[in-house]
Amino acid sequence: MSTPAIELKNITKTFGSITANKNVCLTVNSGEILSLLGENGSGKTTLMNMISGIYFPDAGQIFIDGKEAVIRSPKDAFDYKIGMIHQHFKLVDIFTAAENVVLGLKEDGKYNIKEVEKKVAEISSRYGFEISPSKKIYEMSVSEKQTVEIIKVLYRGANILILDEPTAVLTPQETQKLFAVLRKMKEDGKAIVIITHKLHEVLDISDRVSVLRKGEYIGTLNTAETNEAELTEMMVGKKISLDINRSEPENCVDRLKVESLNCIDSDGVKVLSDISFTARGGEILGVAGIAGSGQKELLEAIAGLQKYDSGSIIYSDPKSGKDVNLKNKSPYQIKELGVRLSFVPEDRLGMGLVGNMDITDNMMLRSYRKGRGAFLKRNAPRELAKTIVKDLEVVTPSINTPIRRLSGGNVQKVLVGREISLSPSVLMTAYAVRGLDINSSYLIYNLLNSQKEKGVAVIFVGEDLDVLIDLCDKIMVLSSGAVTGIVDAKTTTKEELGRLMTKNSKGGADSEQ
Amino acid sequence: MNSNSVKKTHEPLFHIAKRNGMVWWKAWLIRGISVIISLLVCAVIIVSLTHQNPLEVYGAMIKGSFGTSRKFWAMLQNLAILLCISLAVTPAFKMKFWNLGAEGQVLFGGLCSMVLMFMVGDRIPNILLILAMLVASILGGIIWGLLPALFKAKWGTNESLFTLMMNYIAIQLVSFAIMVWVPSGSSVMGLVNSNTRAGWLPDLFGQKYLINILIVAVLTVVMFVYLRYSKHGYELSVVGESENTARYIGIDVKKVIIRTMILSGAICGLSGFLLVAGTNHTISKELAGGNGFTAIMVSWLAKFNPVMMVLTSLIVVFLQRGAGEIATKFNLNTSLADILTGIIIFFIIGCEFFINYKIMRTNSGKEGK
Repeated sequence: MSTPAIELKNITKTFGSITANKNVCLTVNSGEILSLLGENGSGKTTLMNMISGIYFPDAGQIFIDGKEAVIRSPKDAFDYKIGMIHQHFKLVDIFTAAENVVLGLKEDGKYNIKEVEKKVAEISSRYGFEISPSKKIYEMSVSEKQTVEIIKVLYRGANILILDEPTAVLTPQETQKLFAVLRKMKEDGKAIVIITHKLHEVLDISDRVSVLRKGEYIGTLNTAETNEAELTEMMVGKKISLDINRSEPENCVDRLKVESLNCIDSDGVKVLSDISFTARGGEILGVAGIAGSGQKELLEAIAGLQKYDSGSIIYSDPKSGKDVNLKNKSPYQIKELGVRLSFVPEDRLGMGLVGNMDITDNMMLRSYRKGRGAFLKRNAPRELAKTIVKDLEVVTPSINTPIRRLSGGNVQKVLVGREISLSPSVLMTAYAVRGLDINSSYLIYNLLNSQKEKGVAVIFVGEDLDVLIDLCDKIMVLSSGAVTGIVDAKTTTKEELGRLMTKNSKGGADSEQ
Repeated sequence: MNSNSVKKTHEPLFHIAKRNGMVWWKAWLIRGISVIISLLVCAVIIVSLTHQNPLEVYGAMIKGSFGTSRKFWAMLQNLAILLCISLAVTPAFKMKFWNLGAEGQVLFGGLCSMVLMFMVGDRIPNILLILAMLVASILGGIIWGLLPALFKAKWGTNESLFTLMMNYIAIQLVSFAIMVWVPSGSSVMGLVNSNTRAGWLPDLFGQKYLINILIVAVLTVVMFVYLRYSKHGYELSVVGESENTARYIGIDVKKVIIRTMILSGAICGLSGFLLVAGTNHTISKELAGGNGFTAIMVSWLAKFNPVMMVLTSLIVVFLQRGAGEIATKFNLNTSLADILTGIIIFFIIGCEFFINYKIMRTNSGKEGK
């Protein structure tokens, strides 16, 4: 290995008072796959964005093929033959794959889509992509769209590829396919950086792994010489146990019965079809599925936020033992019926909380109606805010700080803390640990487990299959708005879940239509 | 190869970063400095365009508001009206309901008062007349505010366009009323009931405008408490911040929109009443005088805090009156006064950028350059 493809020297980037990267040094060689590992907020994406021209470093130098480079825009990055595949795809839906690939390119000569399609097919066969160049983006599955993004940078002649959390949206099977492609590119002499926080993927795909923690460069290891425990310690800064304590479910009772739920959204698309399941008190029911398979609609239907066309949702009251029908009740009516339903929605600041209000006022969201009279009583919410800040170790200057100033993990602690303080009998969480560091994630898992032990029916919508398997008692898999299986978490495998996740869909488009 | 294909560009010299809150005295220091800078800029313009002494011009501006006792009370009266309309639009704007129709709501409220004042006149005791006018104005304002809210809640119509259009309807209605009432065909209506003073708010301690001022003062405190300590105020903030959150905790969003616009319209109607009964005793198309729009700026500048609005409306009224004063005293075109007002307000608003953001020098790549 002569000169490295990329060399970063003492890169620093700050946003206001937050230091996203501090004196980071990093090298990537041609013909290798480097994993950039770190928790959420450790500065991985920021660092790569500086290579791909989205941000400009405050200090430090970037060398490409041994020469210092000034990368001020994505166009500059492209001139250096650097291509980045972002987490959120940037494709035009109504264009074909080939049209998206050439979009924005200034090539001499006539625009000839046939030529482009031929070249795209050539790249595809070379690296083993399965894609049809004339297929429109809106007809594609998430993994196909990702493929288009990768071809797009290859078409532009990229020698350095950066992939930001490429597996976050893929099933285990699709992940394996992607990895096979990446290995071929590596053999072809390309330098590949993959940003991730999943340890087993790091060990699976990469040659070397560089670890960032809180914006600082911790070190680089050869993947063959390390293991999960060592990497975690580097990532978190201390030893941490990665086991979730799953207790045996006890005294389970049926708490929430959903029967043949059908729901059509405002665009006329069927988002839930014929969903039936039972959530039992004392159990954690996991919900797995590719993003957008109806998870959001299902939870919102239960919470009274989403109207549905047919089917029923029956809640069995633990005190009176009576059944309560929740069909098309508003959230307020559901509460008035004495249903103790807590809901941690996916959109924390846009639905669960109000970003511009402080912790006290956010506590009050659920309880402000209490007490007579036209005026608010802030004492009880203030006490609750103090308790949650103390018990859940929320890092905040004070309880009067607007909640949008807190970090993602602390925001989530406040939200989960509030929802648990309502002493629910059904607790629904959507992507409860998304964007959280390992410590906060485990704190949330423990909270959910203790709720389960108290006899609460927990519904846990998750994306990390390993976590779902370790945490839940049962896992329900959704695909294109339908249940494709409810399996026992102790006996299932990731492969089985992956298969169920794609069972109903063909190429991502809804199969029923 | 790379050095050929890539043109070396210079790195950006500065970049902008968000501040993480600022101590209050620093923020006020920045605001103070920005006012001083704005006065310096204005001075340059005054000297170059009019060859007047800027200090004399500024002195005249101050005299416009504080020069005589009469001017001072007139300033307070203007302040009260602007503040009253600002208080009216605040709950709507805090709810992110873009009520651009305060102008029309004030005008229609005033028209309702005027109808009673003109048509009923001396036939009933004055106290009854005034109460009836008050109620009529408030109802009028409510109707003008409620219509767009109902349409928005029911059919999701755009409230900015709707409220804006309602302004024109109110203007035409006033023109029509004046045409009917003034027999000479003149478009100007003189003082109504100037002999009997029927429907005129009485002087208090010999001050004509004191009742107006006191009513608005009380209203300011009430609005402050309403927004900060009442359940209704809390609900409307939640709806304004995020409708999804409001739905999630079971707030009936439509109900809150309608309720808040009733409140907003009612206070606009009250402003119309104060203008007709307490100040002008007549009506014209210019009754609100653009205050329905200025009020939006006052409200935003004060970040929807009614107590701060006293200050922001004072700044605006002071500048307006000062502008008028220098226009007459130095025999200047009123446009110059408008230019000065514009510059000062530009700096006052613009300095908020420096309170929220900082500009930093980029330092990178010391070696190898």
